[in-house]
Amino acid sequence: MQKIYTKIDSISGNVISVKAENVRNGDLAVVTSKHGESLANVIKLNGENVTLQVFAGGRGVSTGDKVRFLGYPMRISYTEDLMGRVFNGSGIPRDNGPTLDENMIEIGGPSVNPAKRIIPRNMIRTGIPMIDVFNTLVESQKLPIFSVSGEPYNEVLARIAMQAEVDLIILGGMGLKYDDYLFFKDTLEASGAMSRTIFFVHTASDPTVECLLVPDISLAVAEKFALDGKKVLVLLTDMTNFADAMKEIAITMEQVPSNRGYPGDLYSSLASRYEKAVDFEGAGSVTILAVTTMPGDDVTHPVPDNTGYITEGQYYLKNSRIEPFGSLSRLKQQVNKDTRDDHRALMDGMIKLYASFKESVEKKSMGFQMSEWDDKLLKYGDLFESKLMDLSVNIPLEEALDLGWDILSDCFDPKETGMRSELVLTYWPKDN
Amino acid sequence: MATNTGLVTGVNGNMVTVVFDGDILLNEVGYILIGEERLKSEVIRISGNSASMQVFEMTNGVKVGDSVEFTGELLSVELGPGLLTQIYDGLQNPLPELAAQCGFFLQRGVYLQAIPDAQWEFTPVVKKGDTVSPGETLGTVPEGIFTHKIMVPFGFSDGAWKVVSIVKKGSYNVRSEVAVLEDEKGKKESVSMVFTWPIKRPITRYKERLKPTEPMITQVRIIDTFLPVAKGGTYCIPGPFGAGKTVLQQMTSRNADVDIVIVAACGERAGEVVETLKEFPELIDPKTGKTLMERTTIICNTSSMPVAAREASVYTAVTIGEYYRQMGLDVLLLADSTSRWAQAMREMSGRLEEIPGEEAFPAYLESTIASFYERAGIVRLKDGSTGSVTIGGTVSPAGGNFEEPVTQATLKVVGAFHGLSRERSDARKYPAIHPLDSWTKYSSVINQDKVSYARSILFRGNEVSQMMKVVGEEGTSLDDYTTYLKSDLLDSVYLQQNSFDPVDFAAPIERQQIVFDLLFEVLASELNLEDKKEARSYINEMRQAFIDWNNTPQDSERFGQYKDEISSALKSRFISYDKKAMKILQSNQVV
Ligand SMILES: Nc1ncnc2c1ncn2[C@@H]1O[C@H](COP(=O)(O)OP(=O)(O)O)[C@@H](O)[C@H]1O
Ligand SMILES: [Mg+2]
Repeated sequence: MQKIYTKIDSISGNVISVKAENVRNGDLAVVTSKHGESLANVIKLNGENVTLQVFAGGRGVSTGDKVRFLGYPMRISYTEDLMGRVFNGSGIPRDNGPTLDENMIEIGGPSVNPAKRIIPRNMIRTGIPMIDVFNTLVESQKLPIFSVSGEPYNEVLARIAMQAEVDLIILGGMGLKYDDYLFFKDTLEASGAMSRTIFFVHTASDPTVECLLVPDISLAVAEKFALDGKKVLVLLTDMTNFADAMKEIAITMEQVPSNRGYPGDLYSSLASRYEKAVDFEGAGSVTILAVTTMPGDDVTHPVPDNTGYITEGQYYLKNSRIEPFGSLSRLKQQVNKDTRDDHRALMDGMIKLYASFKESVEKKSMGFQMSEWDDKLLKYGDLFESKLMDLSVNIPLEEALDLGWDILSDCFDPKETGMRSELVLTYWPKDN
Repeated sequence: MATNTGLVTGVNGNMVTVVFDGDILLNEVGYILIGEERLKSEVIRISGNSASMQVFEMTNGVKVGDSVEFTGELLSVELGPGLLTQIYDGLQNPLPELAAQCGFFLQRGVYLQAIPDAQWEFTPVVKKGDTVSPGETLGTVPEGIFTHKIMVPFGFSDGAWKVVSIVKKGSYNVRSEVAVLEDEKGKKESVSMVFTWPIKRPITRYKERLKPTEPMITQVRIIDTFLPVAKGGTYCIPGPFGAGKTVLQQMTSRNADVDIVIVAACGERAGEVVETLKEFPELIDPKTGKTLMERTTIICNTSSMPVAAREASVYTAVTIGEYYRQMGLDVLLLADSTSRWAQAMREMSGRLEEIPGEEAFPAYLESTIASFYERAGIVRLKDGSTGSVTIGGTVSPAGGNFEEPVTQATLKVVGAFHGLSRERSDARKYPAIHPLDSWTKYSSVINQDKVSYARSILFRGNEVSQMMKVVGEEGTSLDDYTTYLKSDLLDSVYLQQNSFDPVDFAAPIERQQIVFDLLFEVLASELNLEDKKEARSYINEMRQAFIDWNNTPQDSERFGQYKDEISSALKSRFISYDKKAMKILQSNQVV
């Protein structure tokens, strides 16, 4: 029988410490206070002093409360019964359904051996030209949506999720507004996808430590389903809240901050989660789409900055559009060579011209005379924005490519576009 | 060697404190025993009878009182034939073998033999009674396309060693004895084809270091022509995320004119290494006719792999590089990203509660970076031949700001700076090396005067473009406008290069020579152009022709035709050469 410790030496924020023996790093404990029970896990050992973070938070914990070590690390039940269910960050049901305790698996497991990875090869079609044409999403990709708060990022997330052909959706909510949680639930229910969705939800009013657990718990379950052959899409929103929860614990632990208060291991911590995205040869896959809100619309803020270095590109959401600059799918070249032979050239060529358009807009705003070339670019930019960039556009890739050529030929002579001559010969609309 | 034991007294992330008896070494390897598992660790601080160890694995499950075994050995790698084609983690654990044993996941505590237990065809080059010194050759084995030298272990003491015995030509296991050597005091040592070397100590078994002068061709136009790197030199590629650091290194790892490439994937995405892992065994190196894998070793310690092993990984890589340099080969080490290595140091320093410097990096960041790059170099070996290690490291500055500590410390020590610009990558101008901000201390194969002239056009073009933002196109003279268009032409057809085009991705130096010479003529010519509209349209045509030319294989008939077409298009508008350019052309003809 496990020993029960009844003297808590220190309580600071969500972190407590007790004197105990034979406790392993990472193990779980139950803290019983007069408000009820909470799980906690061991985050530091120093001689007989054991430091734990309390999932339900330190508030209301008293020095005389009981701590019982369970002798195992954080786990979650892995079963088909998870489908359609809603849990909190500790894996406890928040939908009044039964607690699941069969087939417990550990969370935060080891990473995939790079030698076992394969080159991603399947495009995920979304019907959004700014994604399909310019920054193709690929199965097993890890990709965040960088967004200013107030942008419809959860709508975009939900729309991609609905359109993508996957077997299973796992939604990890961190600091999610309750309304947003309901929005996801309603959208999934309306499309009939709820029965193949699992929710791990931490809302803005829940304890911080539970926020920290959401990515690991979501990804551990996703990984298991993928190993069993399922194509899993994991939606994480909002990873900035996750990073802030890490910051909070780090400060409580008196760690030296590296950048704007975030701990020095922010990069490694985010990476170990995002790197769970994988395509298992001979089995299923995990694709991760995450939201990273940018405090102050600042992409150099440590959270988006570190994220950008880890993920395989990012969709940059601004003014309700996916911006061509700043947005990037690093895996697009794995798949866009096999779509259509004009795909790559059109993708690059149109963006280069769009960049020139932006320059002309700037010139114009400063009151300069517009040359004939500027006028062409202005026309081009407007067409590009309304016909391709608008988020309401929903067309297949091929149609979007044709539309791209139409726009070019509406505005330019072939040689002004920098497109290779042989492509112009094949794709330039003939009636122009 | 004495081996000691200890007991765990604390765990904080991947740092474990231990009490021990007896004597232990700084940087000594020890293992923490938890049940069946043995977690490899390195001693990084000793005070009294307590040591801090960084653990190269996750530390969950470790508890106070767990026992620790010290090895008496510094953190080392195995050196010998069979290193090429290998895919190792940061501690030289072979990942494919690990996968064969453990499946999809990296199981902690499993450490496999780094150099495979193979037979090699050994040919002795010394005979009984000869004297040799550390680093000198005892015999050779053919390793793929290379003659791999089996050398007197570098760790043997300086001075003369007598060959007591040496095996005959024949096939031997890599770990079996091939020679017995005896030092001046009569101490005998057995030698096999494999020995170990501590990774944090540079290998200096050569005669002298030389100045790097011979260019290392990368087949990237902007680098070879404008910002070259020399064999044995160092360079860095700082840039914000998505600016093209990794793609540039991947291209270089394929196309660089060196014997051996060591790829150190240090703390970045696993997926990117996988491309190299899967593609290199299929890609044929036109120079050797063999696959690229045969000249490559990959050290792969990606972002989700243990941080302490990441810190070690760049040293593992450079040690293997130095080993092949001792054989008279040219080695290129590509490290992506050195910032992740620096961050690994920072994490450890934080756990040791050292006094933090700027952005919490440790105070020794600068000297550590300097001594790492110092391991590059071209050297004359004891047998008179030369070998080189060139180091190219990417830097991932926080917020893309080059003022941060890692970029700054790196810029102080490298010989070339290829700074990537967010502006250029956003506009899809790849490779996004900033042509004006970047610099090099090495010289180009292409005529230096012509290069400077072209650079001056870029400068001038940039000035005009800035000016146009103030006075508009209408306030710009036709001359200035044409200069601006020319600099834009140079940028779009020469500085930019499409890594994903089957022809354009690699531009051999002969090709660069041909294209650059013609482009120089375009830049240097005063042209008969009526107005700005005509100028724009004319330069657009030129651009189109050059782009088509760049996408045409050099051995095809079209190649020459494009050249002629561009020449005659130039003639049709040619008035005269610019005076400065005329001088360059004349002085070149004199030669
Ligand atoms: N030379 C190039 N040619 C074409 N596209 C490129 C080139 N370099 C980079 N890219 C594009 O930019 C993306 C990001 O490049 P990458 O090298 O991964 O950036 P970084 O390592 O700096 O974060 C690539 O996935 C590719 O789409
Ligand atoms: Mg990179």
